[in-house]
Amino acid sequence: MSAIPPTVRGQQLNADAQALFRYVLRLGDLSLVLGQRLGEWVGHSPALEEDLGLANVALDLIGQARLLLTYAGEIEGRGRGEDEIAFLREHGEYLNAILVEQPNGDFGQTIVRQVLIDAFQLELYQRMTASTDERLAAIAAKSVKEVLYHLRYSSGWLVRLGDGTEESRARVQSALDTLWPYTVELFAEDELDRAMADRGVAPRLSDVQAAWLGRIDEILAEATLQRPKDRPNSWHGKRGQHSEHLGYILAEMQHLQRTYPGARW
Amino acid sequence: MNSVRGEFRKPAPAPAPAPAPAPADADRRLALAWRALAAVEDPEIPALGIVDLGLIRFVTLESDGTLEVGLSPTYVGCPATEVIRRSVEDALRNAGVGAFVVTQVLSPAWTSDWITADGRRKLESYGIVPPERPAASMRDILRTARPVGCPRCHSTDTECISEFGSTPCKALHRCRACLEPFEYFKCI
Repeated sequence: MSAIPPTVRGQQLNADAQALFRYVLRLGDLSLVLGQRLGEWVGHSPALEEDLGLANVALDLIGQARLLLTYAGEIEGRGRGEDEIAFLREHGEYLNAILVEQPNGDFGQTIVRQVLIDAFQLELYQRMTASTDERLAAIAAKSVKEVLYHLRYSSGWLVRLGDGTEESRARVQSALDTLWPYTVELFAEDELDRAMADRGVAPRLSDVQAAWLGRIDEILAEATLQRPKDRPNSWHGKRGQHSEHLGYILAEMQHLQRTYPGARW
Repeated sequence: MNSVRGEFRKPAPAPAPAPAPAPADADRRLALAWRALAAVEDPEIPALGIVDLGLIRFVTLESDGTLEVGLSPTYVGCPATEVIRRSVEDALRNAGVGAFVVTQVLSPAWTSDWITADGRRKLESYGIVPPERPAASMRDILRTARPVGCPRCHSTDTECISEFGSTPCKALHRCRACLEPFEYFKCI
């Protein structure tokens, strides 16, 4: 990653720029935290092919995060680069939905989480290619092609595990039951999501949700899995209120930059 | 990094502010740049040049005399992207093209359809099956597993053993006829 420029004190961001900054952080942090989580599998996957698969998906996600967090830094205009934003913020400044910080669990649970997010990113980015924000449109157009391969990989595994042995089916169904409640947050529209949709920067989350659900239902049917019932939940990772898991992720992720400030490869 | 212009804008040592270059000089610099770029190899697939891959989107001369090179990444997280950018900068500097900037181009996104005919031939002779062309539709990428022909015995009785190979752009396959493993450059 690039050099960390010194932070300079800029003037107050106007409200529109502040909103865009936070929105781009939501997107970037989702990719960053999930990429970091998937990285935990390296060297521990059930087979070499899965080590490669999960690591490659993680790399793509980190690549997305770099583009998004760099852009966030430019919007903010205080001279913060991708590294400073990725590694030197505090717990409450990360704006990812908390689904991506949930533990990897077994391979099946990782795959369930991945299918839920891959399908979400696919439907979101596909629509975002028409964003009024040119930069986000370009990042989305680039990312959506990669996300297709992520979903091909994760949904292929979910079908094999769901429509597999009694043991594998029970495990992924239980993972789905555990993780499903966290998907509510992805689509819970708040004032920031609404403002971005009004400005044409982002698609309406209700549209994304409808398409996502259609795709998920198709995959679950093929995997012979039951979609859990929706339960009202209020998670606020998108506003910086996280589960306990994020702290452990950050401790590992930030260790090097905190210990050797400004370290570069 | 910037989608269109940004981090990749790295002005080389500025030359004396010259008046608009003579057309002959402009042509010479553009030709020099293309020749230099054609020699830059992909760090992961040395048989292949980055021009063969279709990564160079444009080479233009700005009104201030700066040469601008548009470069696209294949995959956003591909570690080779940084190496390629540095190789491009080195090649341009060594070729003496004068002041230049390398700009990252994200949109329209790179597609494997832009690999040149020459590039496809080089991939094949390297033992890597070139991507299906035109690139499969979204639906096909998600659902179907098209048979990929073995580069050695040309049998279509092959199987995918890993969706991701040694680099993000390739999948690992195996031929059931001659039993050899081989790589397939995925269409994207």
